[in-house]
Amino acid sequence: MIPAAFHLARCYVARHRAQSLLLAAALALVVALPLCLKVLGHAVEKVMRTRAQSTPLILGPRGSALDLMLKALYFKRQPLPELPAQHLREVRATQLAEAIPLDARFHAQGAPIIGTELEYFAFRRLQLAEGHMITRLGDCVLGARVARERGLGPGSSLFSSQEQVFDMAGVYPLKMRITGVLAPSGTADDDAVFVDLKTVWLISGAAHGHDDVAAQTDTVLKQETTNTVANASVRMYHEVTDKNLNTFHFHGAEDSYPLSAILVLPRDAKAEALLAGRYLKDSLPVQLIRPRDVFESLMSTLFQVERLVFIVLGVTLAAALAISALVFALSFRLRSREFRTLSDLGISPAALRLTRALEITLITTTALLLALLLTWAMQSQAETWVRWLLV
Amino acid sequence: MAGITLTDLSFSYPSGQFRLHVDHLSVPAGSAFGLLGPSGTGKTTLLRLMAGLLPPQRGQITLGSTDLTTLSEVQRRAFRLSQVGLVFQDFALLDYLTVAENILLPQRFAGANATPTARTLAERLEIDRHWHKPTSQLSQGERQRVAIARALAHEPRFLFADEPTASLDTGRRDLVMDLLFECAARTSASLVVVTHDAALLPRFPQNARVEDLVP
Repeated sequence: MIPAAFHLARCYVARHRAQSLLLAAALALVVALPLCLKVLGHAVEKVMRTRAQSTPLILGPRGSALDLMLKALYFKRQPLPELPAQHLREVRATQLAEAIPLDARFHAQGAPIIGTELEYFAFRRLQLAEGHMITRLGDCVLGARVARERGLGPGSSLFSSQEQVFDMAGVYPLKMRITGVLAPSGTADDDAVFVDLKTVWLISGAAHGHDDVAAQTDTVLKQETTNTVANASVRMYHEVTDKNLNTFHFHGAEDSYPLSAILVLPRDAKAEALLAGRYLKDSLPVQLIRPRDVFESLMSTLFQVERLVFIVLGVTLAAALAISALVFALSFRLRSREFRTLSDLGISPAALRLTRALEITLITTTALLLALLLTWAMQSQAETWVRWLLV
Repeated sequence: MAGITLTDLSFSYPSGQFRLHVDHLSVPAGSAFGLLGPSGTGKTTLLRLMAGLLPPQRGQITLGSTDLTTLSEVQRRAFRLSQVGLVFQDFALLDYLTVAENILLPQRFAGANATPTARTLAERLEIDRHWHKPTSQLSQGERQRVAIARALAHEPRFLFADEPTASLDTGRRDLVMDLLFECAARTSASLVVVTHDAALLPRFPQNARVEDLVP
């Protein structure tokens, strides 16, 4: 009886595959949604927690602590006010902490360019997989994923992106020399391009290199005590080479150069408390945040939202199940003539009930398999999507 | 061997508008019985009573040595599945199944393998080339022949056909009737055919008009 009932159920579902698949897909979606949400929640936690917990303090412009954390730890494209480099000097002057500057304003082929100092690599325990570290202005090392996805490596070069096309006096692309590729770390560092802090300032226009004006006096339009104005024939350099390296120079005071944030690594708990006290005042243009607190607050909000979404999804699931039950009931009612025929032929009520049950089972099993497939797809891609969403 | 016997049979639908009573009717085993009559006179109801699809209010229906009125619903179904072949007026095929699946469906539920017989029947009825086609793609005449093949595939001892030639041309009508008679003779089955086609009556050794049976 079971093989015959299964055969009949399978034939019905197979011959009405479009309708059956549609019903199964609808059921799969409502089952998969809460599972995928849970998986996504775990991925958010996994991707963000370690990094937040391993970074003691972040100094950045006053505003959203979450935006500052996302920018400084995950290099997310958050529009933050600039932080004058003077604060870097001030933190170092306290001798309470080590300070690592970060400038994450620019991009190259979609990847964030992170201007920092060599201490950053030691702090994050980043190892070179190939090539060597940054040795001079204009050098860069690539995160593992950036190198892999773009097919780049030591010896090749990478242009910084022109951040906007309408400002003719704005940022010009800089051709950077790739000196090394970092080993995969499973963090946002894999998706970044690292340069020396001065290279970012070069990209921003705070520094530049050009033909020697002193050697080409015919190009000089005006000579002032501290400033020389030349005509447009003077070539600006958009690539740092061994030959033109010495022509690059900075304008203005270093204290005024912009940063995105400063990673602050206090020497001990007391130093941490003292530093926290220094930046408590709301009137200050900067804030010192503890990433693990910001992360916990974010997760707590996420859990609350997640709980609410689960309630909504639970109601949706119940409604979907009720509608599916109705669809099955109506379908069986429409097929009452067919079941009467089978009954007339002598097929037992138990066999007919089994046939109906197997049809429902086939569709719900398909729905569950689809839901598992969706969840598996989400599971395998969750961290990538979380990074893409957050970084 | 005993065939079909109806004794003092009474039946009425719950609405009470239609009443049927048969004092006595006997169809010997291996014999054919033709039942003629205009629409609405109770031909199909009588056929369904004889096949055990409807339980009578009174009387006795005996198929072979089995008194259907003493069987439970489940027992009657099991009896039909193994001993009875039915050709319905509207064919009652399952359109999502192929010709082969429709013909073999009852035997599949009975746990029997009737494929060789079914294949031969399909060849005889000229529907073998549609063996793997869904019945929804067949013409009316072809569908009717599939219904007949389904009724005959398990070589039943009692064969009931409700207007089995209604959709067929004269040539195919004779083919189908020959096949029904042949199958009934080969297995010593009792054959009851309901028809409105008076031209078919001479083919039956025993026939009746329903109005003669139902007083």
